Amino acid sequence: MIDWMSDVRFEDSFAVEGGNFRIAGNVSGKIKRILKGIGINDNIIRRVAIVTYEAEINIVSYARKGEIRISVTPDQVEVQAVDEGPGIEDIELAMQEGWSTATQQVREMGFGAGMGLSNMKKYSDEFEITSVPGQGTTVKMHVFNLEKMIHPEYWLTI
Amino acid sequence: MKLEGIVKDLNLRLKCCEDGLNREVRGGYVGDLLSDVIANSKEGDIWITRQTHQNVVAVASLKDLAGIILVQGAEPAPETVEKAAKEGIPVMVTDLAAFEIAGRIHRLIY
Repeated sequence: MIDWMSDVRFEDSFAVEGGNFRIAGNVSGKIKRILKGIGINDNIIRRVAIVTYEAEINIVSYARKGEIRISVTPDQVEVQAVDEGPGIEDIELAMQEGWSTATQQVREMGFGAGMGLSNMKKYSDEFEITSVPGQGTTVKMHVFNLEKMIHPEYWLTI
Repeated sequence: MKLEGIVKDLNLRLKCCEDGLNREVRGGYVGDLLSDVIANSKEGDIWITRQTHQNVVAVASLKDLAGIILVQGAEPAPETVEKAAKEGIPVMVTDLAAFEIAGRIHRLIY
């Protein structure tokens, strides 16, 4: 692979509104389009789409507001979801598949199945979660781009 | 098999996006839990669900699904159709239950 590309980085961040299911998923859609535009390979895009969607839905479902940040290099996509919300008291419990504190209203829409955090862990290569009860939660994930299928032409233009 | 063939053969009522009827349906996925569908559906799947709200469109779009079939005659919410039109995701309705429609599509495409 071309070494001179390894320092190049694309970064962006997107605000996510808590409680607004009307536009839930829009940020994940934007991120997917950006990665497609850069020329990231489909397997990475699929995994990033899953983890960003879950992160976005968690912010919409639980937090007042939040932000999803992406940092893309030829080697990996880093996704960081930071929110201002209730935080998580017991992270180990929250990580268990099937555990959820979602409201009945959220569950009726087909969310709150207790799969969000476990999906994020499963479909990322590295997963890190920190939370301060009463303040908020941060989830940091890395999805490695082993094939590094990025078009050099794009990176030369930014 | 093209989505158009499935729509015709199974008398699905198209609610949105005639342009999407030439999509190739490679498989299917049945589910009402969005986390399950976002994780386990595959590109080109037709998604069979009872969820009628607009968030199904985002999931279908993110996973490049071939379309969404709402079961038991469930009508999509107006915002669902609006969003589907914007994203170009075909939305269809059948009076059949999920098991029935899944079985018939399975027979058609495999």
